[in-house]
Amino acid sequence: MSDDDIRRAVWRMAHEIVEANHGLHDVVLIGLQTGGVPIAAALAEALEKIEPETGADVPIGCLDVAFHRDDFGLRPVLPPALTEIPVDLTGRVVVLVDDVLFTGRTIRAALDALGDYGRARAVQLAVMVDRGHRELPIRPDYVGKNLPTRRDEMVNVSSEGVDLGELVK
Amino acid sequence: MKHLLSIADLTPTDLTDLLDLTESFVEVNERPIPKVPALRGKTVVSLFFEDSTRTRLSFETAAKRLSADTMTFSVSTSSVKKGESVRDTVETIEAMGIHALVVRHASAGVPAQVSRWVRGASVINGGDGWHEHPTQALLDAFTLRQHLHTIEGRHVAIVGDIKHSRVARSDALAFTALGARVTLVAPPTLLPPSLDGWPVEVSYDLDDVLPKIDACYLLRMQRERMTEALVPSLREYASLYGLTPERADRLGPEALIMHPGPMNRGVEIAGEVTDRPNVVVIDQVRNGVAVRMAVLYSLLGGPDAAPEETDQP
Repeated sequence: MSDDDIRRAVWRMAHEIVEANHGLHDVVLIGLQTGGVPIAAALAEALEKIEPETGADVPIGCLDVAFHRDDFGLRPVLPPALTEIPVDLTGRVVVLVDDVLFTGRTIRAALDALGDYGRARAVQLAVMVDRGHRELPIRPDYVGKNLPTRRDEMVNVSSEGVDLGELVK
Repeated sequence: MKHLLSIADLTPTDLTDLLDLTESFVEVNERPIPKVPALRGKTVVSLFFEDSTRTRLSFETAAKRLSADTMTFSVSTSSVKKGESVRDTVETIEAMGIHALVVRHASAGVPAQVSRWVRGASVINGGDGWHEHPTQALLDAFTLRQHLHTIEGRHVAIVGDIKHSRVARSDALAFTALGARVTLVAPPTLLPPSLDGWPVEVSYDLDDVLPKIDACYLLRMQRERMTEALVPSLREYASLYGLTPERADRLGPEALIMHPGPMNRGVEIAGEVTDRPNVVVIDQVRNGVAVRMAVLYSLLGGPDAAPEETDQP
C-alpha cells in the first residue's frame, strides 16, 4: 500500500463510519497507542470534511492497554504511552482505531480497559490492515486492507504506506 | 530490577523511568474505575515491624489497584511475639507463595538482609531505621516534578531532624541524582556525625535559606527516636527551625512546602501555615499510591526471560 492508498482507505472508512452510524451522533474515536493514534487523527480529519456540521465535534482519545494485556510477565515491561479519554463513554458509540489487527489480543485488552471509562452503547473496530491469524473471536467493522500474511512476517504501517517484512528476532 | 532497597542503588535513568511510569498510574487513579488487571494473581505482603499509617495503606491501595492480592503482617498479633526470628517469619510467609514483601523495620539493613533470605520474591524497603525510605523519596521527587515541572537545577532545603531521618537520606540522594541542589538545615545536634560523601550543602540558619529555595521540605521531629536531649525543648526548636507564618512569608511565591507526615503542628510547621496553597502534603500522599504502583509494576512485571513476540506492538 502506498501513502495514496492509505489516504483513500481512510477516506472510505470514514464514509463507512458515517453510513453505519447514520451520522456521527455520540461517536467517539479512540486510537490505540501507538500505531492507532495517527490513523484516528486522519479519520477525524476525514469525518470533518464529510460531515462539516457534526464532524468537528467528534471527540478523539487515545488508549494504552499495557496494564490490561494478558501476556503480562511474558514480555519486557514497556513504558506505557499516554491514555487520554476526553469524555465519559457511557451511552457513546466508540470506534476503536488500530493500525494492524493480528491475534486480536490487543483489542481484547482495549475492550477491558474501555469498560473502566463507562458503559459504551456500542464498540466498533477500525483497522488499517487486517493480517489474519486471529486467536480470539474478534472481527473488525472497518478495514483499510485485508493483507494475507505468514505468522512470522511483520507488518509496518506508517504515513508513507504499509510494508511487509520479516519479523526481526 | 529485582528489589528496591535503596535510592543509592538506582541510576538517574532508573529514577526518571520510575517517575515517567508513575505518570501513567496517576492517569489510572483518575479513572472512574481506578483499577487495572496488571498484577492479577500476584500477592504482596506488607511486613511491618514498626508502626505506619500512610506507607502501609499506600502500598496496599497500590497493590489492590493493580489487582494483586494483599496480606498484612503486624508484629503485635503475630508469632514474633512468641519469639520467632525475622528470618523464620520471612521464610514462613514466603513459603505461602508470595511475590513481593514490603518490609519496614526499626533497624537499618533489615530489608537488605531479608532480600538475601528470600528465594524468589521481590523485597521493597518500606523504611529501615535511620537508613532509607526509597518510595518516600520517589513520591517526593514526583511531587516536586509535578509542581516545578523539572527537578534539574532546583534548590530544595530539607529542614529538621536529619540525623534520625531515613526520609532525608533517601530524598537527598534522589533529588541530587536528578540534578537538584540540596541544602540541609538543622541545629548541629540533629545532623549526622559525618556528612562525608553526601552531595549536599549545610546551613544552620533557616531564615537565610528560605528566600533562595524552590521547595522547603520539613521533617517530623521524631520524638520516639530521640534518646538523648538533642534540642533543649520542642518550643525552642519551633522558634528557631519551625516554619512559622512569618518564615513562610520569606519563601518565594512559587516555593513549595512539603512534609512526609505525620505533621507535628506547632513544632516543625505552624498550624496556620498548613492551609496555605503552596503546601503540597496531600499531593504527596496521593502521588504515593501512583509511585508505589509504578514500583510494584516494575518489580513484578518483568519477565525472567522474554519469550517470542506474540502480537503486534
